Amino acid sequence: MRNEASSVLSEFQQGDLNAFETLFRMHQRAVYGWILRIVRNPATAEDLTIETFWRIHRAHARFQPSHGFEGWARRIATHAALDWLRTARGESELPADIAAPPSADPAIGAEIRGKTAMAFQRLPPKLRIAAILSVVEEQPGKDVAEALGISVAAVKLRFFRALRLLRKDLQQQGITP
Amino acid sequence: MNAHDEDRLKQLLKQAVPPAEPEPERDLWPAMLRRLDAKSAAPALLLVPWFDWALLAGLVGLAALFPASIPVFLYYL
Repeated sequence: MRNEASSVLSEFQQGDLNAFETLFRMHQRAVYGWILRIVRNPATAEDLTIETFWRIHRAHARFQPSHGFEGWARRIATHAALDWLRTARGESELPADIAAPPSADPAIGAEIRGKTAMAFQRLPPKLRIAAILSVVEEQPGKDVAEALGISVAAVKLRFFRALRLLRKDLQQQGITP
Repeated sequence: MNAHDEDRLKQLLKQAVPPAEPEPERDLWPAMLRRLDAKSAAPALLLVPWFDWALLAGLVGLAALFPASIPVFLYYL
């Protein structure tokens, strides 16, 4: 089984389309889920999944089978999502009036949730990704660091900068978190 | 920002931006194949990245402005 997987990775590296299809079918769900966590829109996540695998296909010669496929794919997916956030910035992804999640804190009203969501959208994309993956999606720091191509300490730094900017933005709107 | 503020902001963020729930998606392989076919059908010139064209334009411009630089370029080719 392990040899078979290793052989698929080697064949993919040599540009074999069947090996690429095998990897696509094995990892499309995970890549889609990762991107959806960042962009929060199913249609955009599908488009970016295709874009990610297109970049993977183009970069097959640079792939190192010994480093594994999943982390590499996640990193490329994160960059594709980051590129999208930089251009589209997901302005229309989160409505101002956010519906309360099932576990909503009754002390936090719809207006505050809406303003927080809008303030979150205004964060720089790099900080936004670190905050959403670390806090909202509760992904392991190691995975987030690997996907962003930075250290775990740098992820924490980005996350704290995101919270600081968020607090400042909310204070300017008259909300004291 | 103290630990209490941090926890409060995290809580606020989780309430404002609920976690995504990746639902089972359709098979994207047919869409991937269309993308691969479209790219392979595109003229080779269109597949050259824009920055390669920009670099070429820059080199041509430089050579036009400073013809003496042409032998230097040729030397490094």
